[in-house]
Amino acid sequence: MTTKILTTRMDAHPTDSHTLSRYLATGGYEALTKALTEMSRDDIIEEVKASNLRGRGGAGFPTGVKWGFLAPDEPRYLVVNCDESEPGTFNDRQLTERDPHQLLEGIIISSFALDVHHAFVYIRGEYPKAARRLQSAVDEAYEAGYLGDDVRGSGFALDVTLHLGAGAYICGEETALLNSLEGRRGEPRLKPPFPAVEGLYSKPTIVNNVESISNIPWITSNGGAAYAAIGPERSAGTKMLSMSGHINAPGNYEIVMGMTWRELIFDIGGGIPDGRALKAWIPGGASAPWFVPDEHLDTIVSIDDVAANGSMIGAGAVIVMDETTNVVAAAHRILRFFAHESCGQCTPCREGTSWLEAVLKRILDGNGRPEDIDLLLDIADNISPGLVWPPLMTTICPLGPSAVSPITSITRWFRPELEAMIARSEVRVG
Amino acid sequence: MAEHGTVSIIINGVEHDVPEGERLITAAERVGEYIPRFCHHDKLAPVGKCRMCLVEVEGPRGSALTTSCTVPVTDGMVVHTETDVVKKAQEGILEFLLLNHPLDCSVCDKGGECPLQDQALAFGAGESRFIEEKRTFTKPIPVSELVLLDRERCVVCDRCVRVADDIAGDPLLEFIDRGSYVQINTFPNEPFSSYFSGNTVQVCPVGALTSVDYRFKARPWDLESVRSVSLVDSVQSSVDVHTSRGKILRVYGAENDAVNEGWLSDKDRFIFSAFRSPDRITTPLVRDGDGFKETSWSEAVELVAMRLGGHVGTEVGAIGGANGTNEEAFALAKFMRTVVGSPHIDAQLGDGLDPHLASSITARGTISDLDAASTILVWGPDLKETLPVLYLRVRKAVRNGAALVVVSPYSTGLDSIATHSLRYRAGSGPEILRKLAHGDAGYEAVTETLANGPVVALVGRSSITENPMLAEAVAAFARSLPHAKLLPLLTRANVFGALDMGLAPTLLPGRVSTGDAAGVSLLEDSWGPLPESAGKDTMAMLEALIDRDLVAVILAGADPIRDCPDPAVAESALDAAEFVVAFDAFMTDSTRKAHVVLPAALWGEVDGTVTNLEGRVQRLRRSVQPRGMSISVSAALDDIARAMGAELGAADWQLINKEIAAVAPAYAGMTADYLTFEAGEEGAVVPIPGATQPLGHIPVEVNVPVVTGRFTLHLAPALYDAGVLVRNSHMLEGFADPGVVRMHPRDAASLAVADGDLIDAEGVGLPVKIDPEVPERSVVITRNLDTTRGIAASADIRVETVRGEP
Repeated sequence: MTTKILTTRMDAHPTDSHTLSRYLATGGYEALTKALTEMSRDDIIEEVKASNLRGRGGAGFPTGVKWGFLAPDEPRYLVVNCDESEPGTFNDRQLTERDPHQLLEGIIISSFALDVHHAFVYIRGEYPKAARRLQSAVDEAYEAGYLGDDVRGSGFALDVTLHLGAGAYICGEETALLNSLEGRRGEPRLKPPFPAVEGLYSKPTIVNNVESISNIPWITSNGGAAYAAIGPERSAGTKMLSMSGHINAPGNYEIVMGMTWRELIFDIGGGIPDGRALKAWIPGGASAPWFVPDEHLDTIVSIDDVAANGSMIGAGAVIVMDETTNVVAAAHRILRFFAHESCGQCTPCREGTSWLEAVLKRILDGNGRPEDIDLLLDIADNISPGLVWPPLMTTICPLGPSAVSPITSITRWFRPELEAMIARSEVRVG
Repeated sequence: MAEHGTVSIIINGVEHDVPEGERLITAAERVGEYIPRFCHHDKLAPVGKCRMCLVEVEGPRGSALTTSCTVPVTDGMVVHTETDVVKKAQEGILEFLLLNHPLDCSVCDKGGECPLQDQALAFGAGESRFIEEKRTFTKPIPVSELVLLDRERCVVCDRCVRVADDIAGDPLLEFIDRGSYVQINTFPNEPFSSYFSGNTVQVCPVGALTSVDYRFKARPWDLESVRSVSLVDSVQSSVDVHTSRGKILRVYGAENDAVNEGWLSDKDRFIFSAFRSPDRITTPLVRDGDGFKETSWSEAVELVAMRLGGHVGTEVGAIGGANGTNEEAFALAKFMRTVVGSPHIDAQLGDGLDPHLASSITARGTISDLDAASTILVWGPDLKETLPVLYLRVRKAVRNGAALVVVSPYSTGLDSIATHSLRYRAGSGPEILRKLAHGDAGYEAVTETLANGPVVALVGRSSITENPMLAEAVAAFARSLPHAKLLPLLTRANVFGALDMGLAPTLLPGRVSTGDAAGVSLLEDSWGPLPESAGKDTMAMLEALIDRDLVAVILAGADPIRDCPDPAVAESALDAAEFVVAFDAFMTDSTRKAHVVLPAALWGEVDGTVTNLEGRVQRLRRSVQPRGMSISVSAALDDIARAMGAELGAADWQLINKEIAAVAPAYAGMTADYLTFEAGEEGAVVPIPGATQPLGHIPVEVNVPVVTGRFTLHLAPALYDAGVLVRNSHMLEGFADPGVVRMHPRDAASLAVADGDLIDAEGVGLPVKIDPEVPERSVVITRNLDTTRGIAASADIRVETVRGEP
């Protein structure tokens, strides 16, 4: 039997899983009642630590440990990152549109545990439906006393404010998100100080991803140990994966990690259309280095196994490319995205991403030169020294090094294809 | 472990002790390891944006590239600045910076003094591998009337944004767009109108920001640089004056942490454009009917000598001297007291303070005392409008945690960052002072703030309509605050120097009171007998001219018709005078009434010393030759004295400078040589250690009457007014406010006037501006504009609606 935590309600009640009535009818807000009446703040934090829940936003940092860093200063804030912008990810959208009360209950429990009295949800502006649904849920929750001055008679006060982004990928980076939320330019901040010490309005702030927070009600109800028992030891719980690209059954899947990529792509994803061959896939969104069949089909789908193979699960975006894919064009498309989304504040990212894009474009246009491969790698190296994984960076934030992933991927796995394309240019030009 | 307050770090294998908490880039530079940088600036908060200063810092997981501008040094830190990894990173960053940067160095104003050029040479790879097309922008675009922006050249270092936002408090610049299209811009319909805009040009590490005036005027290697002082206001900011072929081409703020920390107001920076105004007086002029005719120096000197010599000394007065050097002021004081034999001398125009309070207040502080203050009290003119660089220093102190109390009859530039901002009706200052001193109900919070020392109190006269004795009472109150230091606020450029040189009816050179018998006798040993009668101040001199008790007057760069509180009195006085000689660079309302006008050199054209509001003496250096036949006031007086048969000893500024050090007790030892060879670039505060300050003025509580009346007037100062230099500066003229009467909405209602309606203020018609920040039954009018200069500074003002069409 497949274990599901986050998607059971939306699967069982596809028409009204987003409403308070359906939520209450399916056990909703019972975790909150338990938290408020039976548990101390520390109990909740301990359960989250015990769950081994690792942040679902991409970095995979243990959520309970992060909570432990929250500085004692007041006021303190919880900010939920729903600026889901990594190309290939769309699972936060589904969780927010289809089960907003689950997210909200997670927010309320987390805020109670963290002694936060004002939580913010930063939703990307391109998600109007998710914003509408969540706002309705917030309104319902105020009405029903789950939010406000006295949450369900507990004396705990909490306000939740939604904020829509204005279309910048970088605002998914937590400190850029905080700047944007404050009304400033969406540019990542220098760290330290980290948000847990100096975050929103310079106050201690926890920034968590939608999926992470949506797991909190289940963990509260069932205990951290139960959560930790699901899946591999260091990839506990379920994980939402957004599968897209050349695949027969694209969509969001809530899976228990531990299977192989072969199983994921061919069993769950239904394999490649028209029986074509798999050429490569990106295991964790546009920022992640690519995997290839010869090397990685039997690698385990888990945070650590993917990391050990030089990539990341990230926010859970699996993008599949079949044999018809022009990998140079694919890399160029990703570079164009990063060059466009670079905030521009630091030099290597601002200049480097657009340079990489320009060189790839030139190669695609038939004007490649043999030295361009070394040039691409050296530009990449000047953004992410050593081209190692996890990446080092000359930049302020990881956006620049993310843009390096397609370069290292195509030069590592598809160098002959790249060389051939350049050689054809030589013939054409020569 | 290093000694207290320092930490030990190892840079490239060599151990150094450096100040704890200092940023690595600064600490490294301190010990001789220069790390390249673009966004880093010692006076700005770190942003770590350019990434040029990456170095390797050893950590628990090995060496990591780290921006040295963002990390503070810690004990035991091990740093490498020259490894292959660092070199590659730095070359990479430089290559990135140059990708889209136009290589137009040969026509760029920055070429030759450009950090990007210099560091590309020192740290760059030599050649770019970029063969694509560079990004281009329309160039240049104006961000203000003074500053142009070439976006192609911008390296996105954020310095200009930080200067505007953090230093000046004018958040009017911001980045727009993203990625390689990121660019500096202003907000829609909000130009970068800041009193401090020129600082952005100075801190720009490339040629992206240029001043309208300097653009394409010179190559840096053709410029000569002279370290001097900006004689625009009494802060006397240190400047580097850059000249080429005998012309001042630009003025840069010089790093003097005791005074201006490198910053300047735009008035400091651009006022020199008045020096080359076609309206400068360049030859001596003598009255010819209703006009003037040009004459030679010798004829003019003969005439002045004859006319001044023809009167009893005590029938002659002298007004002004606050805009020149100490040497010029001293020469005038000596000329009046010894050659003419008159005690009627005043550098202030009835718009200032008791000269004893201004020159010798006890517990006098320095500008840098503000950095250490827990609490700052500002009760005086709006600093932003009058002493803008001091305004920046107060802002800095507040940024670093000082509490600020501002007391003013009208909103001021500091209100927005003040802990407490107290507003009172013009003329009722004494009332609020009493409440504050007694901790009356409603004032407890302010009193509590003021009890947190050390306190630095900046005390002056917030308006010339304010009784000057109020400042005396405020100073007495401020002196009672814990660990209080006081800074008297007079604003005219070298007024403190002039008072110290004895340009006051009750002061002799070196802060000696005319009532101090020992001091008088000491000076008489050098100068011979001094006039016995008491001297008159400016207002008394003007009255005496009308009454024919005085018959002749010298105006030394003074325009009493514009600047004294009652223009009508000044005008009648100059009309009544039998002889008026004016030293000036421009024709003014007052010089037009003179019988002889002598062309005076301006401060870029003379050498000498000057004294600022903290008593700091600095060297003012000549950077260009005086225009036309202009000479210094002291040289002119020396000639006139000789023609009168006397020896003034003022032919050359260095002679005067030596005499000051010899006869002015507080200035003992304060020679130009001391300033050049011992005091260093910061100058020195008088009295220097070992010298004496004869007069120690203790402010006293005085009972100042509260002004009552239907409306009371606050004549507010403005940085850009119709002052002679501003209106002759092609850079700054036109920035002045058109002139309005600001009043509270309820007062406007009672007069049945709306915004823009014309009203009659003491016979001057001005439009109304309704402003809830103005206390009720007050009106606020900007002083010394073309439209407002006729308004007398009486506290009580008649305001009436105008009947009929304006």
